[in-house]
Amino acid sequence: MAAISSNFLLFAFFVYLLATIAFTVSITGKKWRDKQGEMTGNRWGFFGFLLSILGSLLSIAYFITRWIHSGHAPVSNMFEYMTFLGIAIGFAFVIIYAIYRSNYLGLFTMPIVMLIIAYGSMFPGEVAPLIPALQSIWLKIHVITTAIGQGILAIGFVAGLIYLIRTIDFTEANKQTRSLEFVLYAILSLVGFILMGSIFNAMNYEANFAYINENGMEAEMTYTLPALVGPNEGQLLTEGVMSPIVHAPAIIVANDLNTVIWSLFSGFVLYWVLRFVLRKRIGAAIQPILKGVSPQAVDEVSYRAIAIGFPIFTLGGLIFAMIWAQIAWTRFWGWDPKEVWALITFLFYAAYLHLRLSKGWHGEKSAWLCVIGFAIIMFNLVFVNLVIAGLHSYAL
Amino acid sequence: MSNLTCECGHVNPRGTIVCESCGKPLGTNDKQEKLLDMKYEGVARRSQTYTTTFIDKVWMFFSSVKVGIWIIVITLLASALGTIYPQEMYIPPSVRPEDYYAAEYGFTGQLYYQLGFHNLYSSWWYMLLIASLGVSILIASIDRFFPLYRALKTQRVTRHANFLKRQRVFGTSEVKDIDESFDVVKKKLKEKKYSISEENGNLVAEKGRFARWGPYINHIGLIIFLIGCMLRYFPGMYVDEHMWIREGETTVVPTTGGQYHIGNEEFIIELYDEDDYVFGEAMQRAGGPIVRTYQTNAVLYERENTGAVGSEGDLVEIDRAEIRVNEPMKFDDFALYQVDYKLHELNSMSFVLEDKETGETFGQIDIDLFNPESVYDLGEGYRIEIREYFPDFVMSSSNVPSTRSQIPDNPVFIFEMFTPDTPEGEVSFVGIRTNLEPMGENDFKMTFVDVETKHVSALIVRKDYTLPILIIGGFIFMIGLVQGSYWAHRRIWFQRIDGKVWIAGHTNKNYLALRKEIDYVISDTSLSAPVDQVEEEEVNNKS
Ligand code: HEM
Repeated sequence: MAAISSNFLLFAFFVYLLATIAFTVSITGKKWRDKQGEMTGNRWGFFGFLLSILGSLLSIAYFITRWIHSGHAPVSNMFEYMTFLGIAIGFAFVIIYAIYRSNYLGLFTMPIVMLIIAYGSMFPGEVAPLIPALQSIWLKIHVITTAIGQGILAIGFVAGLIYLIRTIDFTEANKQTRSLEFVLYAILSLVGFILMGSIFNAMNYEANFAYINENGMEAEMTYTLPALVGPNEGQLLTEGVMSPIVHAPAIIVANDLNTVIWSLFSGFVLYWVLRFVLRKRIGAAIQPILKGVSPQAVDEVSYRAIAIGFPIFTLGGLIFAMIWAQIAWTRFWGWDPKEVWALITFLFYAAYLHLRLSKGWHGEKSAWLCVIGFAIIMFNLVFVNLVIAGLHSYAL
Repeated sequence: MSNLTCECGHVNPRGTIVCESCGKPLGTNDKQEKLLDMKYEGVARRSQTYTTTFIDKVWMFFSSVKVGIWIIVITLLASALGTIYPQEMYIPPSVRPEDYYAAEYGFTGQLYYQLGFHNLYSSWWYMLLIASLGVSILIASIDRFFPLYRALKTQRVTRHANFLKRQRVFGTSEVKDIDESFDVVKKKLKEKKYSISEENGNLVAEKGRFARWGPYINHIGLIIFLIGCMLRYFPGMYVDEHMWIREGETTVVPTTGGQYHIGNEEFIIELYDEDDYVFGEAMQRAGGPIVRTYQTNAVLYERENTGAVGSEGDLVEIDRAEIRVNEPMKFDDFALYQVDYKLHELNSMSFVLEDKETGETFGQIDIDLFNPESVYDLGEGYRIEIREYFPDFVMSSSNVPSTRSQIPDNPVFIFEMFTPDTPEGEVSFVGIRTNLEPMGENDFKMTFVDVETKHVSALIVRKDYTLPILIIGGFIFMIGLVQGSYWAHRRIWFQRIDGKVWIAGHTNKNYLALRKEIDYVISDTSLSAPVDQVEEEEVNNKS
């Protein structure tokens, strides 16, 4: 069952790849003539849409089979949650596409879905047992609803990104172009993380260190990427691997820091290689593809996505979360970092809605807010989970 | 207070932008070419009408959305600040916060502590932020709701030409047979669930007006929720007590005034099987046993009411439950939650009195570690007295034996043994794996025989009168949120002016969707589609 389940996820991943290709062709490919002989674009966008639906169905199959296998909803560790977020973005796309039929949205969303699923797959994927507090139906309802809400908010991010790339003037270097390039660089770093992780994983790379931990005790640490930064007073135990250039102080989790450095570094390399090949800013290189996009229309799509996603996120991330917390931890709210960051996300999008409705923040400002909002969501998932681990930490 | 009388005869309060009745832009608003500010239908609000007294100023301040957004943003930043380092409630209970932050995080930690950020969410200024958020929501909503309600109620079908022209979606067309076109349009509008009003051959189609109340309803929900949160600061609104209860023990439930007692019949803990087919791999990585579940088999007793003053009634069993994490036991307004446990706590110890030379023993004593007796008489002149008992022994800094707590984690006794041979008594100092003779060589000793342990279960007693208020608030909030987010208020005007048809459209959100709908409605007529004037302008600016 476990194998069947992983295969479904793998198929879904490839179907999303096909959907990406279909949407690419729909935009860059030849236009077709309809029955009246008019140029009306081609059918590839529709194929892309069908493929994205198929991707969602396969994801559901993955989800259900894994649920049956483990006996609990597969949303209880980093691997499961991240992949489910990717799946949720896929669902959200299907909903928004049904309303606005935007192939450009597909072209950008499908790769993001793949990226998030791939990112999730970098975490240990075995089925983990649940500690008593997590064995609650409310937990599952809470997490699933939250992920769907976040998935829909992510579409707001994608539409905002399209808006920015479409409208920003890339001929000069200013705050806008630099910020946008930074966003693209951040996405490339995620790609870099996945690439490095996969490559060294395929090589079965492992380097063990003996080191002195933050309590002054001797301990061992395993690296799955070559150590640029070694642990405090680290001694290599594995032979024939790279020895670190510098050593981190004891309070820092050195192998995590090492991974972060690798991601940022490989993102940097990817970015500059691309920029060198394209001979212009990456945003500027994408811009011509988007010339058929109506800025007004993507702006509306991004707002619509947020307006749909916000209530769902609030229901899952705050209300259901409080119900679960009341039952499992005896209090509905405990100012745990994860909870606080859910509140911050809520407040942020509330501010966005008011700025838009009452202060007329449309277009570019609104698009930037969508990007920042999604950054907050990812920060909560990644950083707060792995670094400021509280009650909700998935990291087993 | 001077009011504004419109051409159509309707009297509008000062500050009105568009006549509430016919929609003609008023005063200087009529001269401009720009699109009309249709927010709240261009009605006058209290915050614009009354601007002189102190109360007016306060009202103006809190009703401003700009101020509201600032309050939201500052609350957001303050909340984030509180997650940089752990809050005081999450640091280990054994350390002192004044040492912890500096030791753990250095200078910045020290600063964090000194600024009081280790208790940020209960600081006065954070409370003040939340309170002003509530006040702002309340005032802003009152300020807008009533005028908006009135304007939407008194609106007429026929609007002034200047009103139509300055709507965002607007267009004119000439058609041969207006009546016929209107009939088609009306049919299609009905299909799209619009409600249609007619006057002098003009149409207004409207739908989703109730969505306009969404924000106000969700704000009411928020206010109720915030009131619920504030009520927690009044005494007696909620109970939150931690209690330990040993297997076999029955104790009073704290805060119930002796009315309820709880008995722990058995405490059970279950671990995951390490060879589990499904979870084995993950458990190996975790590198230790993982708890599957733990529970207290609890019996609840209530004290009988005898009616007579001073005489206590008997305890009567009223309920039984297996209390697990996520499955609290509920009674009256209380809930008992399983939160923690301690396995194998020492409960009683047994010793025998032994003659060191012959090895002969003289009777056994069983000491209840929570309630030791002071004398154990073994008969025939043999007797043990407990001179001192340290349940959790430690040598204090001045080298005096003392105890850390009343929990017998490291019990130590100072016994005095009396036998027919040693009537003056001999002193021995006995603990786990220690047996000392501080007053010189003894003839007898206390030999450890056995120990009995018990599991201890930790429960939390909860009662919370604010929960219903929070639930109602949250529920109303969600209804308003969905109402305002998943529906939009749309209006389309079709008017005959100078033999032409003027079409204007307004929505509170999603103009693209509105235009698509208009396109559909006029699709079987020769009416031409109105344009989005904002989009036009953008395109013109670009080229
Ligand atoms: C965290 C707290 C708040 C939440 C969750 C919230 C939520 C909302 C939502 C969801 C909307 C509808 C937005 C849309 O449809 O795009 C709205 C509208 C509005 N909110 Fe808030 N709000 C909050 C605080 C405030 C505050 C502090 C003010 C004070 C100025 C305020 C004033 C308004 C106004 C004036 C509207 C527009 C009403 C209308 O269109 O008729 N809100 N609010």
